[in-house]
Amino acid sequence: MQKLKNKINAMKTDKHLDNEKRRLIRSSLSFLMSIFRFGLIVGISYVILGPILGIVINSFFSDADQYNPVVLLIPQQPTLEKYKLAMTILNYWSVMRNTLIYVISLSLIQIGVCSMVGYGFARFQFPFKKILFACVIIIIIIPAHSIMLPLFTTFRGFGLLKTITPMYIMTMFGVGLRSGLYIYIFNQFFRGLPKEIEEAAFVDGANTMYTYMRVMIPNAMPAIITVTIFSLVWQYNDLFYGNIFQIPNDWSIARKLNTLLGTLGPIYRVTDPSLAQLYVYAGIVLMILPMIIIYIFLQRRFIEGVERSGIVG
Amino acid sequence: MTIGKARRKGLTLTQRRSVTGLLFVSPFIIGFLVFYLRSLISTINFAVSETTMAADTVGYSTSFIGLENFRYVFTEHPRFNQVLVESLLGMIVDVPLILFFSLFIAIVLNQKFRGRTVARAIFFLPVLLNAPAIFTALADVRAFMIGGTTPAPAGMVDSVSSDGTILTYYIFLLADLGLPETIIDYVIGAVTRINYVITMSGVQIIIFLAALQSISPSMYEVAKIEGATSYETFWKVTFPMVSPLLITNMVYTVLDSYITSPILLEAYQTMFGEDNYSLSAVMSLTSMVCVCGILGLVSWRVSKRVYYHN
Repeated sequence: MQKLKNKINAMKTDKHLDNEKRRLIRSSLSFLMSIFRFGLIVGISYVILGPILGIVINSFFSDADQYNPVVLLIPQQPTLEKYKLAMTILNYWSVMRNTLIYVISLSLIQIGVCSMVGYGFARFQFPFKKILFACVIIIIIIPAHSIMLPLFTTFRGFGLLKTITPMYIMTMFGVGLRSGLYIYIFNQFFRGLPKEIEEAAFVDGANTMYTYMRVMIPNAMPAIITVTIFSLVWQYNDLFYGNIFQIPNDWSIARKLNTLLGTLGPIYRVTDPSLAQLYVYAGIVLMILPMIIIYIFLQRRFIEGVERSGIVG
Repeated sequence: MTIGKARRKGLTLTQRRSVTGLLFVSPFIIGFLVFYLRSLISTINFAVSETTMAADTVGYSTSFIGLENFRYVFTEHPRFNQVLVESLLGMIVDVPLILFFSLFIAIVLNQKFRGRTVARAIFFLPVLLNAPAIFTALADVRAFMIGGTTPAPAGMVDSVSSDGTILTYYIFLLADLGLPETIIDYVIGAVTRINYVITMSGVQIIIFLAALQSISPSMYEVAKIEGATSYETFWKVTFPMVSPLLITNMVYTVLDSYITSPILLEAYQTMFGEDNYSLSAVMSLTSMVCVCGILGLVSWRVSKRVYYHN
């Protein structure tokens, strides 16, 4: 004990140990910081993952597990029957195929149209450019939710409700689901690219369209990946446009999912709410599965893409 | 193709460029005029006239009645004022919370530590899972469990804290400190909404993270050499460099909160449920104007303090 005190006193007075002291303080502070960070990240991860894990685990419960108050997290008799019925009700494979076709094609159109418009705004001077770009800001700021009524009546006038055409038309003209944001992202990105590449292409005799397709698009990969993921995810999860245009349930798994609970009782005789819940959970897992798979594959490139794309401007 | 045509007309290079530019932008111009501008005008038209539905509920006719609809909605409608105030208040409470939370998380995720990739992957999951369809399905189940058959509103998440006793304890703790009631309410609101805040801040975290990555390391080096503490470094380097993105994120957050707000749901139900187009248009317009007002006011206030590096 006395030894330690002496040592501490020596440390207090000894100027040569200053550096060592500072290092000690710094390393203990950084250690505390890392513990704090660890706790924070684990806690928030729990808030994010908790409900999802609950849904996934519960979807494997059998009826007996659900009624057994002792079973909490790990099912005693895990079963796939919930998935089987949910798949039948959702008509899973065919609806999922349709949904993916719908979502992916819309995303491709988004990328094509929004990158074109963004490029136009970024590189060309034309009359009313400022006003037109203000219009892009307007469509970002005024969501389609504010003008849903005229959109609805317009497409009803064309007789296009209950089909998937309205969404394609809107997207093709650059006013689809969050198109304004994508135009903005592409605009920022193209503005950040050096002008010399295009000048070189121009000197080499490439016309504008060729330059755009062969020079600009390949250089815009980060922006394209960002927009692809955003557009895929938001289009896939979209319920608003689906409801406004009354897109057939067979083309949107999100809309189909909301019919699941309604069909369980009358048709499949699942009247107990606590059991019906399990089928809905299975349906939710089935719905988010494709997005999770895509996310796992694109995750790393996505974050890199956002970091390099024009969002930051 | 375009260039060939333009050459025959004998345009200069600048003119040709501007024609090409307009061609590139043309889809958007058409879309904006046909769908957005026309819809906006038509919404205003619906709002200032009385809509009579035809017998088949498909056709309708409008007749101009001035501001009568606005008068009705503001003074006689049973829910409108309440729902509007609720929506706007919710927005004003949530937006700063989400912004600060996402900036904080972005700073944490920007540090180097083991398992960073996993942490990032988890923190961006809400972007993926923030689906109204899932919320609706869950809300339906909950309603079914309680015994009601009416489906709960789409896109609404209620995140009410379950443990009341612990909460009460903290409320007394805060009250004993002598904090004003509004602040206590705000803190409690923030704690009970933590789930909502986390799920809503996925995109904002990504944007802030991107901004943080784009700060050049030499700035931090200079700050360190000059002897700045990490607190000072945050306020003198990190925050000013991130501040332009504050507005972007704020706009995004406000809109995200707006499109899931009860006021739009009310407008939606008035339109599809009650077939009352005029009232629905009035609600959409009013809320839109309010949101644009908030956005304009806050960006104007914030943009004075924003630092642009370039």
